[in-house]
Amino acid sequence: MKLNLLIAGFGGQGVLFMGKVAAHTALLEDLFVSWLPSYGPEMRGGTANCAVCIDDKEISCPLITEPELLAVLNQPSFDRFAETVQPGGKIFLDSALIEASQAQAARCAERGVSLYPIPCTSMAETEGLAGRANLIMLGKVLRETGFTSYDTLCEALKACIPASKEALLESNLKAVALGYSFGGQ
Amino acid sequence: MGRKFLMKGNEALAEAALRAGCRHFFGYPITPQTEVAAYMAKRMPKIGGTYLQAESEVAAINMVLGAAAAGARAMTSSSSPGISLKTEGISYIAASDLPALIVNVMRGSPGLGGIQPSQADYWQATKAPGHGDAQLLVFAPSSVQEIVDLVGRAFDLSEQYRVPAMLLADGMLGQMMEPVEFGPEAAGAQEKPWALVGTKGKRPPNVVNSLHLQPARLEEIVRERFQRYEAIKKKEVLLEQYRMEDARFAVAAYGATARIVKSAVDKAREEGIPVGLIRPITVWPFPEREIAAAAGTVEQFLCVEMSMGQMVEDVRLAVNGRRPVAFYGRTGGVVPVPAEILAEIRKMAGRA
Repeated sequence: MKLNLLIAGFGGQGVLFMGKVAAHTALLEDLFVSWLPSYGPEMRGGTANCAVCIDDKEISCPLITEPELLAVLNQPSFDRFAETVQPGGKIFLDSALIEASQAQAARCAERGVSLYPIPCTSMAETEGLAGRANLIMLGKVLRETGFTSYDTLCEALKACIPASKEALLESNLKAVALGYSFGGQ
Repeated sequence: MGRKFLMKGNEALAEAALRAGCRHFFGYPITPQTEVAAYMAKRMPKIGGTYLQAESEVAAINMVLGAAAAGARAMTSSSSPGISLKTEGISYIAASDLPALIVNVMRGSPGLGGIQPSQADYWQATKAPGHGDAQLLVFAPSSVQEIVDLVGRAFDLSEQYRVPAMLLADGMLGQMMEPVEFGPEAAGAQEKPWALVGTKGKRPPNVVNSLHLQPARLEEIVRERFQRYEAIKKKEVLLEQYRMEDARFAVAAYGATARIVKSAVDKAREEGIPVGLIRPITVWPFPEREIAAAAGTVEQFLCVEMSMGQMVEDVRLAVNGRRPVAFYGRTGGVVPVPAEILAEIRKMAGRA
């Protein structure tokens, strides 16, 4: 599978939108894709998540129970999903909001799961991009996985922003760039 | 053709209905199908159609009856508890020989239940969509593209046979996004010489009615309708057979569950288990002949559903005791994962 990504966080952090942009890259590249959200009361204040699968063959099961990639934007999601990541998988976490305990970090290391902390939320605030932590995270995911090209991701982002909100495009693109060029751990 | 859109199942369903010439939608909101109504609310007024949020599900289905009687391509959409409210109207529509499309995006039940995906309305859809001797054409898509492909077909066959159609989906299909392509715009509603459109003083009035107090006359009407059901059973069965050519074991599943089964079948094949999938696309008419034929070649069947076991009864009737038919199900809104189904396949193949 080309992309097997579970994204999770609080409702309102843009988890579903982040997944939608990732999914849209597949449409541009004429690949198969599924985007499956959690829905219902979870979206109203609780945790939200979505599963994005991209492949060059039909996606039979859109559920992700053992993600290759996990992107988490809050502590409860990290605590809930970190253990489900496949051995050798990658976890992207917003280190401004999430702390991996020693035990959790050790468990990941044991299973060959790499942690990619990035302080998306504080980066967004510093750069005047409040509410764009999700796209900073997506930029980082792209950098570390190369699941698509940078240009395709930008094009997908454009396609996902409705004409009525076009003014937001620039700041969204900036957020992706910020995450993409983020180096340190 | 050509252009692909990334759409939720519910939205794609609504768009497909518009492209099939549906201009009358009557609904009442309920999770997880609300996007169908929301999409219709946005688009219908722009294309000269009617979107009407009724005061209840009961009102909505009777508005469908009225619009259909006047010859319109009409539809309604709901989820499990809402469909129960509509069943009286559905029986009246069936008894009035009216075409219509009813969408059920199933959720956990019984009662108000929950809002997560389920397939526990199979019996309701295929055995007792309302009171009386009546059937619906029931289509069970398993992808967003298939939802789109079946909506137009459901309208067309419903008009051709004058039998109402149901699209039986679930919360997973309704909520997930996948790429979809839309075919060319359909011709829309067929000629309906029986419709109540006014006589202009030139012919005797048409009558649409479901009340017949003379038993002999009512029996005659029901029997005539059952001749149409027989024709449907002969001609309109749709199914997919996946990796069945050399299969010694078969899993039967429909809708979203069938996709998860497909993934488990692929994994079982990697382990050397010769297993395939039989996926009914129409659950009424049910692919009895095809399953009976498979019973001649496979050793065992397993039926997997998001319910406590409903379609499995139809599979057993078709297999008719010739082979064992096991069942595995999750219910209440719990979606089975491929690993659980793989474990059941291994068990069936004696590799547990």
